[in-house]
Amino acid sequence: MPRMRVLADEQRVGQLVDHLAQRIAEDVKRFGDAPWAMVGIRSRGDILASRLADRLDPEAFDARVGSLDITLYRDDLSEVGAHPVVRTTDIPFSLDDLNVVLVDDVLMTGRSVRAALQSLMDLGRPRRVWLSVLVDRGGRELPIAPDHVALDLSKEQLSPHDLVEVHLQPADERDAVVIRPKARVREARP
Amino acid sequence: MKTPKTGYPWHHKHLLSLEDLSADDIRFLLATARGFEEVSTRSVKKVPALRGKVVVNLFFETSTRTRASFSLAASRLSADVLDFASSSSSVSKGETLRDTARNIEAMGVDVIVCRHRLSGAAFHLARSVRCSVINAGDGQHEHPTQGLLDIYTIARQLGRDNLDLAGLTVAIVGDIAHSRVARSNIHGLLKLGARVILVGPPTLLPTGFADLGCELSNDLDAVLPHADVINMLRIQFERIQGQAFPSIREYAHLYGLTTPRLALAKPDVLVMHPGPLNRGVEIDSAVADGRHSMILRQVTYGLAVRMATLYLVTRAATPDTP
Repeated sequence: MPRMRVLADEQRVGQLVDHLAQRIAEDVKRFGDAPWAMVGIRSRGDILASRLADRLDPEAFDARVGSLDITLYRDDLSEVGAHPVVRTTDIPFSLDDLNVVLVDDVLMTGRSVRAALQSLMDLGRPRRVWLSVLVDRGGRELPIAPDHVALDLSKEQLSPHDLVEVHLQPADERDAVVIRPKARVREARP
Repeated sequence: MKTPKTGYPWHHKHLLSLEDLSADDIRFLLATARGFEEVSTRSVKKVPALRGKVVVNLFFETSTRTRASFSLAASRLSADVLDFASSSSSVSKGETLRDTARNIEAMGVDVIVCRHRLSGAAFHLARSVRCSVINAGDGQHEHPTQGLLDIYTIARQLGRDNLDLAGLTVAIVGDIAHSRVARSNIHGLLKLGARVILVGPPTLLPTGFADLGCELSNDLDAVLPHADVINMLRIQFERIQGQAFPSIREYAHLYGLTTPRLALAKPDVLVMHPGPLNRGVEIDSAVADGRHSMILRQVTYGLAVRMATLYLVTRAATPDTP
């Protein structure tokens, strides 16, 4: 296992999620013109979305939560590996005329977000889409900017060979934001 | 259906038979199909996964359901679909299967979906071309996507999300001898742990099937009380040489699934049929249209299963970028 450095521990992740929830709440209040929903990109964004929803006062912010699988919309399949896993998209409500908060754990190239936007448009016609991410680690390849960021590393000039990961329970053992060198899978192959 | 956490190493560029697949392969394919079910419920029933790919239906036997299902599955993945039917193609002018396929491949296709009256035709094709081949039925051998969708239907309807069928008894009834659907079902069901009982008249039930691990019976009424699933097969008159039973009426009397006969089965039994139905022969209308019937659900699930199949074989055929 390559060296791994912890950027945020369990307690700090809790604070970051709180912070993100606050930022979202402000915008939702400001644009109270339409009902809204929170949609998380699998497989960490969906966990994050339901955590954010739990943080918000259900009286004031009645959000519906869905999850989006973007595997079939990706343009970089070969980069995520030859064996992508197709999961279920679960958005049991119409997106038409909704303010949608799109939630992901880490923003890097912007390609996942592009795929997610296309998928959302195929599912309906949202009134407005915001992008909320826990970590912006920079390295954009598409003109995509987040509306809400909890941990902004975009000015840190991280190497594209470093991988920033958000670990969240129950998918991971404990909550954390970590950075580690990308495993060079391909070189190990014959 | 549970999705595996990490990528599963799916290596099959072709889908030719369920005999070739491992239990984990089958589980992975069906778990993938679960992700595709939702696509058909969207307002835009299309995803770009196979954009720019070409899927050819090469059918040397008549088919409505399977061909339409593959075409629709391919279009929902944004692939282009080309239809070749034997009656209107050069095969009727004497061209060999290999030549037909290689000519079609030369047009730059990615997947050939093949149905042929000869067992092994899809295997032969897979060795002759470089693109992916999906067997949509070869003679009396296998019809893997039908087997997969039958298993998917059983797992979905009986809440077996882990795709483990241990403890379930499936009765496959009718013309076992000539049925490629039966063979695919047998291989798949046994691999996932189900108990399989084959039922039919001795002339249509070769005893060699016992070697695969199935139980055999000539008495439908005795089997029904034990079955969780009854899969009724069509009599393949076009493949039967000579006489397999005295009369259709006698067959229907002994092996047709009627309402009184269904009453012998468990109260929540699933009734399946791969189609096309011969109403009044192997299944009565009241049963085919009744509350136990999964027949139309099989067709719906079949679309998701075929989307998953097309997706996985094309992914396996795409080499990693250097």
